[in-house]
Amino acid sequence: MTPELLPDLTLSLLLLIMAWGALYAPQRSDAMTLFIAFGVVVALIWARLDAPDLALAEAAIGAGLTGVLLMHAARALPDELHQDYRTASYWGALGFTVVASLMFLVHLLYDDSLFNAGLLDTESDLTPRLRTLADAAVPESGVEHPVTAVLLNFRAWDTLLELLVLLFALGGLRQLFPSGQSDDSATTASWPESMTLMSAWTRVLAPLLVVTGGYLLWRGSSAPGGAFQAGSLLAAAAVILRLTGLLPPLRWSSLWLRLSVVAGALFFLAVAAATAIWGDGWLTYPGAYSGLLIISIEIFATLSIAITLSLLVIGEQEDLRS
Amino acid sequence: MINTITDVLGWSFMLAGSAFFVTAALGLLRFPDLYSRLHAVTKTDTLGLGLLALGLALLDPSWRSCLILLLVWMLVMASGAVNCQLLARFNLEQEEGRHGGDGHQTGESDDA
Repeated sequence: MTPELLPDLTLSLLLLIMAWGALYAPQRSDAMTLFIAFGVVVALIWARLDAPDLALAEAAIGAGLTGVLLMHAARALPDELHQDYRTASYWGALGFTVVASLMFLVHLLYDDSLFNAGLLDTESDLTPRLRTLADAAVPESGVEHPVTAVLLNFRAWDTLLELLVLLFALGGLRQLFPSGQSDDSATTASWPESMTLMSAWTRVLAPLLVVTGGYLLWRGSSAPGGAFQAGSLLAAAAVILRLTGLLPPLRWSSLWLRLSVVAGALFFLAVAAATAIWGDGWLTYPGAYSGLLIISIEIFATLSIAITLSLLVIGEQEDLRS
Repeated sequence: MINTITDVLGWSFMLAGSAFFVTAALGLLRFPDLYSRLHAVTKTDTLGLGLLALGLALLDPSWRSCLILLLVWMLVMASGAVNCQLLARFNLEQEEGRHGGDGHQTGESDDA
């Protein structure tokens, strides 16, 4: 029992309570607030587990953008769906939470015996071996930060597929909107007067987000950060600007917008094809240029991630179908 | 000697800051309406985080970390003040709309 166990246990318990609340809160708005708090706690836990890259991504996407997405969606719901959507079986949920915490505690107390019995020997020998392998290869990867090296060099194929997943998600979202001209009546909501303060604050916040996003992108090669974190911060800037009406609709008909959406995946694919045809193989970068290639891929990927995420969060008829 | 003095000062600032957060939580639970709750949360957050940042800066007195802590504090202070005003004004507008007939009919309930 070390002193560090106390905050860790508190965070774990908090996580379970938040999860329970997000699932079983009787009011939709309470459930959404608890879900955002859940994201913040998950981010804190990632930070405690020494994974700042994941913590940044979770805070920006899991808590921030998903929170906006939920609230934006809830605003569009008809009023009768707002109230009491569930009279939950509290006892079942409470029992689940208690049992889960007890299992966790038992696991903690009988840690060694379980490991000795061979039941839970997964991480004990696997993680260090992978870590040593990755750490040994980082100098050849073209970047200094091991997470970036893994994401964009050793496992670049996975990251390329992730970009394609984002693209498919946007394609799926576009199918939800009927084609043709948009009707303006649905999209011009009447803002409350307090919105003037909101837009003034947004004018301060958006440049800060852009600077921080650029910093995270640039820093990604040597420290925690990278395309996904930077992209989600830029998306956050676009989302608040769009929600306060300071940014015009991101029109799908604009060629630049469509180009930005596919730029990351296209450039990544081009690099992959070029290395396959003229180089040593699919996504095997030539050693001297790997640093340059990785940062270029990240720049294009950041652009695509930013635009795609903002369209996924606040995309309306006029953004996606005109 | 200097070290121990700054250490003791730093830790006591952090303890005082944490105490402010506890009072903020207490106010959030005990105060009757939105406005007094906002008052409790934002005022004590600003001061509590300021004391925490001051304590941390005393424990790690390098220019870099002091500057970062100052920036973090200023950003949280500004966003706390703005968010407090936003929530309060929005709530006020809704109450006025409810009492004064058809004011601004916004129908939102996502201000949490």
